[in-house]
Amino acid sequence: MENNLDALTTIFTEFYYWVTVVFMFLIHVGFCMYEVGASRRRNHMHTLMKNTMVIPLVTITFFFFGWWIYFAFPNGPWIFEGKGINFAAASGARPWDPAMGTNLGDHINGVFWAAFLLFSWTAASIVSGSVIERIRSGAFWILAVVIGSFTWIIDAAWGWHWDGWMVKLLGYHDAYASGVIHAIAGGFALGVLVVLGPRLGKFRDDGTPRDIPPHNPWLVTIGLFLIYTGFWGFYAACNVPIISPEGIGGQITGVTWTGTNIYLAPTTLSAITFNFLMSLSGGLMAGYLVSKGDSFWTYSGGLAGVITASAGNDLYHPIQAMLIAAIGVWCAYKLHYWVERKFKIDDAVGAVAVHGYAGFIGLIICGFMLWGQPSSPYEGYATINPLGMFIGALIMFGLLGFLPAYIISKILNGMGVLRVPRKVELEGLDFDSNETYQAAVNEVIAVETAMVK
Amino acid sequence: MSTNGMTSWAVDLKDVAEIYPFAGSEMLLYVIGLAFWIGWHIIQLRQEAAELKREVDADRDGSHTKAWIGKY
Repeated sequence: MENNLDALTTIFTEFYYWVTVVFMFLIHVGFCMYEVGASRRRNHMHTLMKNTMVIPLVTITFFFFGWWIYFAFPNGPWIFEGKGINFAAASGARPWDPAMGTNLGDHINGVFWAAFLLFSWTAASIVSGSVIERIRSGAFWILAVVIGSFTWIIDAAWGWHWDGWMVKLLGYHDAYASGVIHAIAGGFALGVLVVLGPRLGKFRDDGTPRDIPPHNPWLVTIGLFLIYTGFWGFYAACNVPIISPEGIGGQITGVTWTGTNIYLAPTTLSAITFNFLMSLSGGLMAGYLVSKGDSFWTYSGGLAGVITASAGNDLYHPIQAMLIAAIGVWCAYKLHYWVERKFKIDDAVGAVAVHGYAGFIGLIICGFMLWGQPSSPYEGYATINPLGMFIGALIMFGLLGFLPAYIISKILNGMGVLRVPRKVELEGLDFDSNETYQAAVNEVIAVETAMVK
Repeated sequence: MSTNGMTSWAVDLKDVAEIYPFAGSEMLLYVIGLAFWIGWHIIQLRQEAAELKREVDADRDGSHTKAWIGKY
């Protein structure tokens, strides 16, 4: 920061991302409220702790290796141009590098790290809701580290990086993470659910599903409101707020500074504000209609709508964003119940549908809507196209989402640590705290009763 | 004596980089951090397994479990 403009740009950018991090914290608060509301009373503290401990575990592992992966793996090791791991670009993200600490020569590494870290929490938190009321905490936390600090950040290096091989070769475009956060997390949740199995009593003897009502529908909806709020921060965090053409170093001519998406291709905060709100609205409206006014699915529809439109929300017209959101929500809702009936998958909060199916569909639609547009300001990159986006969706949902979750869940299941015992599931996972609470209550009542003369 | 080498701020800040204590020990810190993380998982898994086993072994007739199911 050797002159005032330099200092101002650096501090503005630092503060901009810092604010997004604070906003994104609300996503986790919202997920916690949502899950606790959806669980039954005898499980809610376990449900809360399961998601709360994602915060420290994903944070420290994202410090230990996640951040390094983002800079080291954009070439998709050894599969693109034979370049392999980019050790040089990743050197400042090594956990033992002086830039990964209190350092007056670097003002922004920690803030960038935190912005990506909050995405990591979100990826793990999405999975958390779908597996409530029967997964062991220890197993879930291992799975949370896998998606939060390993697989999602590999997908970000591949497809959410200005130099990522998927962007260069496939023309992959996913500005606000339909695929790199939501499709992967939905696929991951599905991979765990296939191995974990449904909650006891979820399916009748004839195979039809029972509704297991949430203990607090009000808390569920407020949780989703908070997720919407945090999503604003998420959207802003996906942009570079201001950069000069020299700073981009691509093919843009002239001297006009711009905001950009993660690929350093031009967009504006104005555009994404229009499109966030219009896609939220399209999703809410479609969710209301398709579910016939069910509050849970109306709120989830708002979220799924934004997720569907997110891949191209840097470039869509607001009315396009609204319609795309509505299509995604309709498809995700129908798919959720079809998969539940057909494959006996018990996704307790609809996370696979809201994040996985909506994200996948959003990528496909984006491939058609933005067909032929440049994926990057740099020369030689493939343009955005339907086939590249379809392959990208398969990589996100299947290769990096479903597959690792299925394999690791199988291993954990084989070790006997994936699911709680049947008796404990019936009694409720809060058995220990409930017994302690009840014993304390009984003792106080007995003592006070004895005091009455 | 200073744990980060700074004894005064009478310096040009462009010449200052890391200012945390004991710079140079980062690799050791990393190894300790990894051990803390892995150790946490091992201890947590053991604690959880023991806790679940105790609970399964208790309440053989299921009356306690039925009472909690009734509370939804």
